[in-house]
Amino acid sequence: MIKENLFGKTLFELQEIVVKLGFQKFVAKQLTDWMYKKRIHSFEEMRNLSKPTREKLAEKYKLSFTDSTSVQESIDGTKKYLFPLKGNQFIETAFIPEGERATLCVSSQVGCKMGCLFCMTGKQGFQGNLTAGEILNQIFNLPDFEKLTNVVYMGMGEPLDNLDEVLKSIEILTADYGLAWSPKRITVSTIGIIPAMKRFLVLSKANLAVSLHSPFEEERKNLMPIESVYHLPKLLDEIRAFEFGGQRRVSFEYIMFKGVNDQQKHINELARILNGIKCRINLIRFHAIPGTPLESSSNETILRFQDGLKRKGIVTTIRASRGEDIFAACGLLSTKELVKRKKNEVY
Amino acid sequence: MNKSGKIPLFKTNFNTIQKIAPGVFTLTFPRTEDFRPGQMLAITLNKAEDPRLYSIASGNFEKEYRILFDIQSEGFLTPRLAELKSGDTLYISRPFGSFYGGSGLDWWIAAGTGIAPFISMLEVGMAEGKTLIHGGRKLESFYFADAFKLVLKDNYIRCSSVLNEEGIYAGRLTEYLLHIENLPMDINYYICGSSQLVVDVRDLLIKRGVPYNQIIAEIYF
Repeated sequence: MIKENLFGKTLFELQEIVVKLGFQKFVAKQLTDWMYKKRIHSFEEMRNLSKPTREKLAEKYKLSFTDSTSVQESIDGTKKYLFPLKGNQFIETAFIPEGERATLCVSSQVGCKMGCLFCMTGKQGFQGNLTAGEILNQIFNLPDFEKLTNVVYMGMGEPLDNLDEVLKSIEILTADYGLAWSPKRITVSTIGIIPAMKRFLVLSKANLAVSLHSPFEEERKNLMPIESVYHLPKLLDEIRAFEFGGQRRVSFEYIMFKGVNDQQKHINELARILNGIKCRINLIRFHAIPGTPLESSSNETILRFQDGLKRKGIVTTIRASRGEDIFAACGLLSTKELVKRKKNEVY
Repeated sequence: MNKSGKIPLFKTNFNTIQKIAPGVFTLTFPRTEDFRPGQMLAITLNKAEDPRLYSIASGNFEKEYRILFDIQSEGFLTPRLAELKSGDTLYISRPFGSFYGGSGLDWWIAAGTGIAPFISMLEVGMAEGKTLIHGGRKLESFYFADAFKLVLKDNYIRCSSVLNEEGIYAGRLTEYLLHIENLPMDINYYICGSSQLVVDVRDLLIKRGVPYNQIIAEIYF
């Protein structure tokens, strides 16, 4: 019998499980204390559970954590961890220290279905969704866990294409029964799957980052096939209509491509389409991937673009490139070399 | 989109289901409004469940929508769609999306059921001057082959890495695209299929010199 992993279950899910096993509901709370607050790795260590309770839990369920199998460290201190999953699959996680701040960039899928032209993850296709436990394992089982200040869902995969598991993982990070983090410490990135984004905004309080990359629909469609399905004006209308409140942030990620999206007309159009949205634009230098027809804009162009946006009244930052030498920078995470292609692909 | 983030869905009754190949079906139901070929519908059997997206595979002169699907063994919806009986209830969205074909001498590239939007384009007369490259494993995987053959004639290219049949390119469609001489550089390429197909074909076309902004893709997700 394959035992189900309890790590990554929400309090509600655990309550259902323990009640089915014939225990009192409060046992679920004891489990969350041990798993998420004390971060222990076995039922035997759960000292306030009776021995029969521990035995019955261990008979039906497991507490499974996975260590990273390799870590690469950049000259700038960024570390890239490789975590194995079931089925001979792998994901990468980037730990990015920066002064007092330490951000973990977690993966939510193995590979990605979205096929963005500039992204290395997209080149490996899609191999599967992570469970909430597999998402959280990247955080809880990180050697640098104690240093973490922020988590961004910007690793491999489109988080909102795996929304249920992403939401569960955020609940465990932010709930009183879990790590009790402020949701302000968490940012979820999306390319703009509108129905899932709306659900995310309603069901979570974490920050939202939207991959924009061009204010023009036809141009964005060439970079991001999702534009054929969910159109930018509709996406922005939905964001504009949502009441974010004082603390919650929405930002737009904008990778700078030389001669593609870095001209004055882009500044003008960004100012027009973002009118009425309290937001920040993050300009990102493009990290070239094999076979790409795209090049990064120069530093001078990026600075000029930032200045142009600021003149239009848009808060604009330039994201520092981190971990480029170990392929941990934005858009470079990939386990393609470890993916075994399906033999029955039809094309 | 309503406040909960759900796509607005409308009740309709399923009309017919037709098995066109092992595990592959077309499903028809009444058309509620106009659409452009290349658009899609969100479909579910139960409003409480998240709908799945399907390209419309019929012409917009028809009174019905048609979709094309294959049963995914671990799929959430397709095994149940295949069991529908005439008159059963479906919930569908308004048509949306913008994978519209062009009017030039475009190439259409698809694998498996990724052919769906091109069936719609074919049925409204948009196939004139187009070239279709369709990848499949078996002869029956080339859905609507007769209709495409009739209009596209020599510009209908079927690729299979397992078949050895006259008139069918023996190899994957990526091999076909890799080896074909005089690949046009001044047309648009429309690709529809899995993310892996789209990424592989797009990379290959770019490598052969096709400008990336002449490649338009729709990914099944």
